[in-house]
Amino acid sequence: MNAMIDIPTVWAFIIAFAVFAYVVMDGFDLGLGMLFPLFSEKEDRDVIMNSVAPVWDGNETWLVLGGGGLMAAFPLAYAVLMPALYTPIIAMLIGLIFRGVAFEFRWRTERSDRNRWDTAFAGGSLLAALAQGIALGAILQGVPVAGRHYGGGWWDWLTPFSILTGLSVVAGYSLLGATWLVMKTEGDLRERAYHLSWRLLFATLVAIGAVSLATPFLQNGYAERWFAWPNVMLTAQVPLTVAIVTALLVVNLKNRHDYRPFFLTLLLFALSYAGLGISMWPYVVPNSITIWAAAAPDKSLKFMLVGVAILVPLILAYTSWAYWVFRGKVRAGSGYH
Amino acid sequence: MMDGISAIELARAQFAFTMSFHIVFPAFSIGLASYLAVLEALWLWTGREVFINLFNYWLKIFAIAFGMGVVSGIVMSYQFGTNWAGFSDKVGPVIGPLMAYEVLTAFFLEAGFLGVMLFGLKRVGHKLHFFATLMVAAGTLFSAFWILSANSWMQTPAGYAINAAGQFTPADWWEVIFNPSFPYRLVHMVLAAYLTTALVVGGVGAWHLLRDSSREGPRMMFSMAMWMAALVAPIQILAGDQHGLNTLEHQPAKVMAMEGHFQSHPDGAPLILFGWPDQKDARVKYSVEVPKASSLILKHSLDAPLNGLDTVPRQDWPNVALVFWSFRVMVGIGFLMLGLGLFSLWARWRGMLHESKWLHRYALAMSPAGFIAVLAGWITTEAGRQPYLVWGLLRTADSASPLDAPAVASSLIAFIVVYFAVFTVGIYYILRLMAQPPHHAEEGPSRETPVRAAGITPAQSVAQEHRS
Repeated sequence: MNAMIDIPTVWAFIIAFAVFAYVVMDGFDLGLGMLFPLFSEKEDRDVIMNSVAPVWDGNETWLVLGGGGLMAAFPLAYAVLMPALYTPIIAMLIGLIFRGVAFEFRWRTERSDRNRWDTAFAGGSLLAALAQGIALGAILQGVPVAGRHYGGGWWDWLTPFSILTGLSVVAGYSLLGATWLVMKTEGDLRERAYHLSWRLLFATLVAIGAVSLATPFLQNGYAERWFAWPNVMLTAQVPLTVAIVTALLVVNLKNRHDYRPFFLTLLLFALSYAGLGISMWPYVVPNSITIWAAAAPDKSLKFMLVGVAILVPLILAYTSWAYWVFRGKVRAGSGYH
Repeated sequence: MMDGISAIELARAQFAFTMSFHIVFPAFSIGLASYLAVLEALWLWTGREVFINLFNYWLKIFAIAFGMGVVSGIVMSYQFGTNWAGFSDKVGPVIGPLMAYEVLTAFFLEAGFLGVMLFGLKRVGHKLHFFATLMVAAGTLFSAFWILSANSWMQTPAGYAINAAGQFTPADWWEVIFNPSFPYRLVHMVLAAYLTTALVVGGVGAWHLLRDSSREGPRMMFSMAMWMAALVAPIQILAGDQHGLNTLEHQPAKVMAMEGHFQSHPDGAPLILFGWPDQKDARVKYSVEVPKASSLILKHSLDAPLNGLDTVPRQDWPNVALVFWSFRVMVGIGFLMLGLGLFSLWARWRGMLHESKWLHRYALAMSPAGFIAVLAGWITTEAGRQPYLVWGLLRTADSASPLDAPAVASSLIAFIVVYFAVFTVGIYYILRLMAQPPHHAEEGPSRETPVRAAGITPAQSVAQEHRS
């Protein structure tokens, strides 16, 4: 089975790509939200907000593609996982509502009200990031399945492991946000983002280490997938590359490089994500539902594949154009500089 | 307190609540995106300042409404899984791809060009900016296409098979997408969105004309909105009639509920104008009827026989009073729109479009009417589909997630609190923007701190940098 690349396999990679694209693009803008309380000056907040205002909506669309795509391509997995993750998903949605509307609302209010929407932006971002991390941990630790349904209770997701993954995602997104600010801002704001990047890099590395150590103990066959010979020759490359990227990140933060810290952090995310893929494959619900068992009929998958093949390159093209239009450093409004 | 309320009833309440809030925003932004494209085109074509002022005025309102539509829409896309897992598993292979196409063709297009549309006029030049506006407008229409195709398939399923696991699977995609009720529903909904927006624009114009009828901006927007109402309201009534005939063909029980026909009428059915449908007694109390008129409308013949709900098993009846009344609210508002359109034509002909206080008061009173009609229409078609999710094939009762009532109750309460806290404030901000008339040199969104990047610094801030 694993010699052939069949359509469910292709779709597993497409969904994985959509989720990763979401993490790459919305990760830093949720991170900015979480860093918001650390910057109390209105002008700083305006700059932070404006650095993502033109693109945040597109960033979140990848989340809709990930969720909607899962329903379309792997309906059984979607039907089992969503009730299993009920509370974190609802919490994430509510967090996204608060932070999403804050982008427009804070420009429409007086001073006292603005603080309220700034709080909504920060709190919503934190809630969404935490909930996404918890959802990730809840999937990794396994979900009870009964027939074609979720077979557990509505608090099963809450374990020390899922809290750990929740905090890890908070740390990682914050690091993305801080290095984004290094790239997109100037002066004092950029200085402070540098200092934050150091601390957040430390927190993120601790988190990656802790999750990596805890995962093999989850008894879902993860240890075998990582450590069995000859797989280990391949899987060992992941921690090795993480070490190299971390070293590069340290060097470039020391050199106060502009854009490299952000892109190296993205690379760190990509490696952690590849690690998750190694742990999960070929299951979409650990140890109970494989991608083939969950897949929609080929006729559904092929129909969508045509659309993906034509439209995703177009989407990437015009999204890049939108980022290009708003490239460069963001400055505060008139009267600031 | 929650004894006796099952998880599934709570899940239905949650879907109805979140959907009712959500639908208001796209219904407005579909129409407004097209209106903005027209305004920008007129500005590029004529160079008249009034058009760019109106464009920027409505763009600020669009930004808020669109943002609320996006966040309330993300909730919808996950709710299928959280609360309706049975539905997702069984219908996912057919409905899922339609929604995936909505994301790929519509949501990305809107989101990708929205930033440029809102903040990019000075950065990309007029032509590219207009292109971005067109893409956003096209995105809203593509979105309507796919989501209405998916919804219509649930009303009139076609082109499917059922596999061993009990899942619906696609047999013929063309038949799935262009299922029997889709063309009618698409036309009816897009026209409804245009009318809804026209009534809002007209109402805002009327509000400012009532205070000062000399301003150019309100005069222009009022005139444009009244043309829209006068032209589209009659077309909408015709489209609605055709949609109703299509429903009679494919979902007769829904039409029986709309008409309040509990009994069959072998020689001509009356049109029940008003009354109170009593589901238990299977009759309409206190009814006011026009003999044989229902047969005339539905069958184009006074004596044509029409079946009633007595030909349908009771467990397959929808909630008749709900469908009956929501339908009357929608139709009633439709005729009030037609009246507004005709009144405006008469006033225009008499040369007092911008002076007739009574026309302006009428238009102002009608400004929220489109939203009410859209909601009433949706209640008619969705409640009329019950007790099925997929008409005749999949019951609502077999579609829910295996959740405990307290879980669904908690999320329902959370959504109610959050939606009222957030969206009422958003609507208040929109109303406050509307209360200001569009003025000379109107600016777009984010006026306090325009987005700027190094290298493309506007002259104004260059001057400021020299000073500092």
